[in-house]
Amino acid sequence: MFSRAYRAAVTVPPLVWVAVFLLVPYALLFCYSFWSVSPAQLIVHSWTFDNYKELMQKDVYLATLFRSAWIAARVMVFSLLLGYPLAYYLSFYAGKRKDLLYQLVIIPLWVSYLVRAYAWKTILGSDGVLNTSLQYLHMTRHPLEFLLYSPFAVVLTLTHIYTPFTLLPIYASLEHIPRNLVEASHDLGASPLQTFWRVIFPLSIPGVLAGATFAFVLSLGDFLAPMLLGGPSGIMISNIVVTLFGAAYNWPLGAAISFCMLGLVLGLLFLSENLEKKWSFR
Amino acid sequence: MASTASEPVSPGTALSANPLLVIRNLAKSFGKNAVLRDISLEIAEGEFLTVLGESGSGKTTLLRIIAGFESADSGEIVMEGQRLDMLPPYKRQVNTVFQHYALFPHLTVAENVGYGLRVAKVPAAEVTSRVENALSMVKMVAFARSKPAKISGGQQQRVALARALVNRPRLLLLDEPLSALDANLRRQMQVELKSLQREVGISFVFVTHDQEEAMVMSDRIALLRMGELEQIASPREIYSRPTTAYTAQFIGHTNLLRAEVNNGMAHCGPLAWAASLPDGPGLFSLRPESIRPAPVIGEASAVRFSGQIRGQAFHGATELLQIECAGGLVLSVRAASRANWEGEVVFEFDPAEAIPVRESPARN
Repeated sequence: MFSRAYRAAVTVPPLVWVAVFLLVPYALLFCYSFWSVSPAQLIVHSWTFDNYKELMQKDVYLATLFRSAWIAARVMVFSLLLGYPLAYYLSFYAGKRKDLLYQLVIIPLWVSYLVRAYAWKTILGSDGVLNTSLQYLHMTRHPLEFLLYSPFAVVLTLTHIYTPFTLLPIYASLEHIPRNLVEASHDLGASPLQTFWRVIFPLSIPGVLAGATFAFVLSLGDFLAPMLLGGPSGIMISNIVVTLFGAAYNWPLGAAISFCMLGLVLGLLFLSENLEKKWSFR
Repeated sequence: MASTASEPVSPGTALSANPLLVIRNLAKSFGKNAVLRDISLEIAEGEFLTVLGESGSGKTTLLRIIAGFESADSGEIVMEGQRLDMLPPYKRQVNTVFQHYALFPHLTVAENVGYGLRVAKVPAAEVTSRVENALSMVKMVAFARSKPAKISGGQQQRVALARALVNRPRLLLLDEPLSALDANLRRQMQVELKSLQREVGISFVFVTHDQEEAMVMSDRIALLRMGELEQIASPREIYSRPTTAYTAQFIGHTNLLRAEVNNGMAHCGPLAWAASLPDGPGLFSLRPESIRPAPVIGEASAVRFSGQIRGQAFHGATELLQIECAGGLVLSVRAASRANWEGEVVFEFDPAEAIPVRESPARN
């Protein structure tokens, strides 16, 4: 159909792009993770497993990874709790307002991540909007300190940022449910609640899995929100990676952590992909 | 013939004193578009009623209002003395077989069939046995554990039927359930569906655009035209005594004769026959099979005329001829097949076969 030259012309550039900007850097990073740093802060190009051993032995890395996973899990749950009902309303009940509301969900994605994170800083800070209002209303006497520079602030901010990513796949899967299935369920005597749990929810599971994966994976690797709003107790694994590549100048250890994270995330994606297939019936 | 246009249920189709379902003066519009206008009809216990009409005639909307997926603008539906149209669909003792079956893709065939029983909290053991009975009724027991995507369209059709019937509804609604099947399977399912309906004794309201299907299966046919009930009668009656020009043309094939009535005689081109209509214009339906080649000595009462054969379509046992008579009048005639029709042929028909029909007015 198309000439060989044409096919080469359209396939080669993206392959080259992927090779140069993805595969080569990853390969390089992979090599780094088996090298080490001399006391004189030079990279020693001899192969060793020391970086991976250190990760397993020092509590700080595993503890931070678990804290990151715990934050990511909370973000995932809250994004689902917020995103699902909204997606359900949009798909089934919004009627004429559907397009407008859909745009309102999308618009925050156009605003810079940094702006949204800073916005929370001005809301949650000691003399931020929230604390000032609470004191003005005499509901608290002193500023609530746990609001900012805490895991709470990180979870809140990440939930705000990633809820659209959770909502969109759920919305897409709800939109794909043929409406005559809902009618058939009512016709067979199922109340709206029974219809939701027996027909609508099971058929939206692929979207829920995709949305949950988005929220969890994106939060797990986030470093800006914990950096800006996390404080000492809200440090996440990516902050450690950033420090290792920056101030600490220990690229090999940073690379080893990055590869562990990559493995974990790929595992999660594989799992979620398989579950999604199991729950799709088309 | 005196016009009785305001009476929707024609005489001779009177039902038992206690019909299962009564629809009174139902009307429905979508925006400015009137989809149903003043529909009144009754459905008897155990009756197979077909709602027949072209696309856009409002037949599916009528079905959806009975099922509860749409609400009427005015009018009422009463089932055994109780208002049905006030109930949400899940509280109506009515089940539907959907056009595209609407089987739940995440449930097996058996789970689909058991759905209605399970949401009604029927004990598990009873669900199992009733599902099995329903599946054996439609010969689908072997597929009980299959997912709908793994079975053919005809099989999905049977499962949809079993899923509706297992709930023992008072009334089963079928929305063009055979339209997605190929011709052979379709004919087979028509017969099966009809015998199944007799077996279970549940009233069926069957929606279709296919007049042949309607004729084969129904106890009565309700013909809808642009949201109004054109005629409701048994297949035989609606075919042999159509009341309107539209009915005569939609059900089967007919010759519409636009005649002038004068002193009890109708005149149309070279034809003239006795008709008990008042003087003035009159419209008659004359079925092609009512016209026959005339024997040398015909009956005295028959109307004889001669014409040239202009066209001939072979249908096996019969063929459809186009006859041009004097004055350019062209008539269709269904006659037993014979090899060669040539030149001028003499035909005749019985004047009683020319059925006076009302004009079907154009509507916006």
